[in-house]
Amino acid sequence: MTDEHGPGGCGPGEYGPDERSPDKHGRPDGRGPRGHSLYGPLEDPAADAGHREHPPRVGFFTDTSVCIGCKACEVACKEWNDVPEDGLDLLGMSFDNTGMLGASSWRHVAFVEQERPLGRQDAGLAGLPTGPSGTGQTAEVVADALRETPRGGGELGTGPVDLGFPSFDLPGAATGAEARTDFRWLMASDVCKHCTHAGCLDVCPTGALFRTEFGSVVVQPDICNGCGYCVSGCPYGVIDRRPGDGRAWKCTLCYDRLRGGLEPACAQACPTDSIQFGPLDELRERADRRLEHLHEAGVEEARLYGRDPGDGVGGDGAFFLLLDEPEVYGLPPDPVVPTRDLPSMWKYAGAAASALLAATAAVFVKSGGGGRR
Amino acid sequence: MGSNMAEAHPVGFQWVMEAKARGAKVIHVDPRFTRTSALADRHVALRAGTDIAFLGGVIHHILSHGLDFREYVRAYTNAPFLLNERYQDTEDLDGLFSGYDPHTASYDPSSWAYESTAARERPGHRAKEQAAPYRHGAGGPAVEDSADGIAADPTLQHPRCVYQVLKRHFARYTPQMVERICGVPREVFLEVCRAWTENSGRERTAALVYSVGWTQHSTGAQYIRAGSIIQLLLGNIGRPGGGVYALRGHASIQGSTDIPTLFNLLPGYLPMPDATHEDLAAYLDGVRRPGQKGFWGNADAYAVSLLKEYWGQAATAENDYCFGHLPRIDGDHGTYRTAMDMVDGKVFGYFLLGQNPAVGSAHGRLQRLGMANLDWLVVRDLNMIESATFWKDAPEIETGEIVTERCRTEVFFFPAASHVEKSGTFTQTQRMLQWRDQAVEPSGDQRSELWFFYHLGRLVKERLAGSTDERDRPVLDLAWDYATEGDEPSAADVLRRINGIDLATGRAVGGYTELKADGSTACGCWIYSGVYADEVNQARRRTSRFEQGPYEAEWGWTWPLNRRVLYNRASADPQGRPWSERKALVWWDAERGEWTGHDTPDFEKHKPPDYRPPEGASGPEALGGDDAFIMMADGKAWLFAPTGLTDGPLPTHYEPHESPVRNLLYGQQANPTRKVYGRRDNPSNPAPPEAHGEVFPFVFTASRLTEHHTAGGMSRQLPYLSELQPELFVEVSPELAAERGLRHLDWAHVVTSRAAVEARVVVTDRLAPLRVEGRTVHQVWMPYHWGPTGLAAGDVVNDLIGVVVEPNVLIQESKVLTCDIRPGRRPRGPALLEYVQGYRRRAGITPLTGTRVMTAGDGDGHGPAHTEPDRPEDSP
Repeated sequence: MTDEHGPGGCGPGEYGPDERSPDKHGRPDGRGPRGHSLYGPLEDPAADAGHREHPPRVGFFTDTSVCIGCKACEVACKEWNDVPEDGLDLLGMSFDNTGMLGASSWRHVAFVEQERPLGRQDAGLAGLPTGPSGTGQTAEVVADALRETPRGGGELGTGPVDLGFPSFDLPGAATGAEARTDFRWLMASDVCKHCTHAGCLDVCPTGALFRTEFGSVVVQPDICNGCGYCVSGCPYGVIDRRPGDGRAWKCTLCYDRLRGGLEPACAQACPTDSIQFGPLDELRERADRRLEHLHEAGVEEARLYGRDPGDGVGGDGAFFLLLDEPEVYGLPPDPVVPTRDLPSMWKYAGAAASALLAATAAVFVKSGGGGRR
Repeated sequence: MGSNMAEAHPVGFQWVMEAKARGAKVIHVDPRFTRTSALADRHVALRAGTDIAFLGGVIHHILSHGLDFREYVRAYTNAPFLLNERYQDTEDLDGLFSGYDPHTASYDPSSWAYESTAARERPGHRAKEQAAPYRHGAGGPAVEDSADGIAADPTLQHPRCVYQVLKRHFARYTPQMVERICGVPREVFLEVCRAWTENSGRERTAALVYSVGWTQHSTGAQYIRAGSIIQLLLGNIGRPGGGVYALRGHASIQGSTDIPTLFNLLPGYLPMPDATHEDLAAYLDGVRRPGQKGFWGNADAYAVSLLKEYWGQAATAENDYCFGHLPRIDGDHGTYRTAMDMVDGKVFGYFLLGQNPAVGSAHGRLQRLGMANLDWLVVRDLNMIESATFWKDAPEIETGEIVTERCRTEVFFFPAASHVEKSGTFTQTQRMLQWRDQAVEPSGDQRSELWFFYHLGRLVKERLAGSTDERDRPVLDLAWDYATEGDEPSAADVLRRINGIDLATGRAVGGYTELKADGSTACGCWIYSGVYADEVNQARRRTSRFEQGPYEAEWGWTWPLNRRVLYNRASADPQGRPWSERKALVWWDAERGEWTGHDTPDFEKHKPPDYRPPEGASGPEALGGDDAFIMMADGKAWLFAPTGLTDGPLPTHYEPHESPVRNLLYGQQANPTRKVYGRRDNPSNPAPPEAHGEVFPFVFTASRLTEHHTAGGMSRQLPYLSELQPELFVEVSPELAAERGLRHLDWAHVVTSRAAVEARVVVTDRLAPLRVEGRTVHQVWMPYHWGPTGLAAGDVVNDLIGVVVEPNVLIQESKVLTCDIRPGRRPRGPALLEYVQGYRRRAGITPLTGTRVMTAGDGDGHGPAHTEPDRPEDSP
């Protein structure tokens, strides 16, 4: 780290990228209005954002296969970052009463009850006088209730999703008439992905969002004007405006702690190392090993999410080991940064703007000719 | 089993996850599929309250297939010892052991003694009143003449040897019986048996974890006995990776039993004297019997040093070291007895310290009505809890049973300093003391417990100064001379005094072996002696695990004498060699003539494995070189407890006090020695053989959520925790929901003969019905953290629970009862009382219900009732 990045410096508001004045035009090489890359694999987003000397990119590897759903991450995050309480609502989404990430929930532990086995786990239902699963019905009740539950403007996305997987409640597949024989309970702590190509950052008109020297993406509350472009710019539905405040808020990867040489509060609080923090390269290696290990142990459904630098956001700074399709956890299956097409769009928009400018000038010329009243 | 470790002990559960990552198999046996089950390799659902049947089945499996670790069992347990001919088993007496007296509902245990020991008759009712077995604590009770040798059959074939008695006792605990009683399919049960036995032996060990899901039963102590018997048969005690782990209910609950907050114990598990102890010698003879083996033989040194710590220079040999100043117990002074005595107007003042019985204790209504009938109540807590505000917001205000204007109790609330605002130690389940430094000064009027009691004692002493009244002497003579920093007593000085001091030199002693019975040492708790050895606060050590061995001897300090694994002599064979290289812990180094290894040996350092005690030896000297269980009176681990338990020498399956089914094994339905309090304000739901059990057809159990802290005093006031679990809910299976018309997130109410409690319904596959003896049994679960105040308020679940207690330790049976559940909210105000009364009427409940505890043999259900004299003003 350079001196500039040492602890005890000024607030994050003064440490944005070195270069932040937007160019007027998108570049033909696929780079954005600020001169940085908008899509595709990118080795070093901090450098791309103009940090000439910087520490290695850091992030989270959240291994949901060891998450015990204690929610210590949610509490530690709120305590450290002074995030307000956001609703005392029993949501009925299993043990999840947070519902989703939002302006006042920067960590969110999803709980998913499913009628299918986990690897070689035995849920102990075989031989019990069970009837059909109740999960489908509870999901309907929850969905109805959620429509009436204000959650900071967003829609809740982590309710149980029926993906039509083969389950043993299918007629004829069960031991008795529709008896449930399998069960598993998935837990996963979700967080801002700190994308390699961050839609929120790329659409922010004020420069409130910036890429830190650690490669993370942070909102500066003293600059944010609450326009909300970032909310629709996030392919994951992470960033959100806080009711009564209006500004956009999200996980900062504990930027202040990183600058003080500490790991983020959630990772430190996690008792089972489900949330692992470190240099992204190391985390990716560790995740690959863990995946291999789980596959060997018979947990064939394990997969990595956000690990691939070739995906629609250039890979996530916070990526996950999941035990089911991402939709089950409320994660989009194939997130694409909405600014992917910005360079080409920008060209069209620029052309249109030029045409508009010409037309407007023509109007003034004409009216100028007519004189003012 | 009986533990939801991931939810109730999430920080400790990291080690389970670590073990799992290294290949350990994790099995979770629990009525519900919890966050622990979610991470386990296997979940086994069983009916709440039937764990002894399950464990007895495992014992039967081990013994009938000869899967025990025979060399270990023969050398280190009492399996070869012969019992006397008068012993009769539950197999002979329809579920009772010999010595039962139906009129006192207690045992004379003399017929359970070993053959060679001359047993006297010892009526058991007084022991039961005082929870006497618990007073034996870490030491275990005495067996007479133990050092002189006990008749034994090393071949384990003699019909009266413990091994054969055990085999016969559990002969009917077959997989089929387990299935019929517990609702666990036999294939699943046998899978567990296989996993447990295959992972035990010379090369492998298995650990057993339990929590209050095991203890809070009318047979709670025997649950743990049953688990211990399995671990002993499989050689899993005193060895690395083995053991029985008691996860405690709070931080430092282990500490508050070591230095007890219990009515029947003094520090270090010395028994509290009772009214029969005329002098110190009589008291000590009850603790260390002449001729007994083991380290309780030095109890005189521990007791005298404790008295010297309390009364300092006032304690002299001439005045029996002020032994007469100690209070005497003369019966049951447990928390539930006290609450009833409060209701009955026999108690005038009450201190509550970090406890919220209005919400957190069984039968919350009884607790609140008791507290509303005091002269004064002192509450010290972090927050204004329900036990301090019951006079204005208890549920009884709504029903008209407590009227604020007429409530006589004067409540003094003292804000308490939190653990970061004071220094001191926590003692956790491994018996490890970990010191914490003060992080911040307490704000406002918040003060530490130490401050409160130090100054309270000081002020009381000042107030009594000059008194000539003999009853004031114990207070006036107290040394009470702890060092202070400003007005705060020094916690480090208190710990040093607990460690013990050589009064001649003023130096901290190095351990309990240095304590003397001649008044030359003072020690606040002998088992903690060594925590300040070399004048160093050993509990404050924080050497990184990367800089020391696998047993991390320099992190904190464990009693006794920093031994990490208790009874670790058993990790080596009788000749002193590790049972296997893989599981080596301590061993005998013949060249250097001492015990050595990875842990501090829990054995006399220079006593060789082949040592045999001389004729007439007693105390530690009487322990042979292979008597690994050095605190036991015979040096052996007890598969069979020849004395010391009020409810039998062997665990036996009894149905809970409230159960939907008849005991399938014996005529004796429930624990014949359980303590019932038959009174109008403590009704019981009927259980077979009583009629009308169908009014409360479901099994109810309650426990915790990760997100809240016990009675909510530390969580319901905090927004970040309250929002995570904002409302009381009740979990039901989809099957029960269909049967009772319960809909997810709608309201329902749960009813017992004590109360009706409303909650939001959570329908979940995590609960499943069980098949028990041909019928379907549904279980209902609720978390118990809510009360009428705080950010997240709700009904008090503990109001559903009545008071019936386990006879050894007087713990309440709060983990299993019967209930009904109905859709919709409960009635409010006085209508609520009428509603519950209607249930009692339909079930035919009177104060006699549930009090005929003896049901064995003929005259089923007609044993004598055990009720209390009724008070005329009691409302029905």
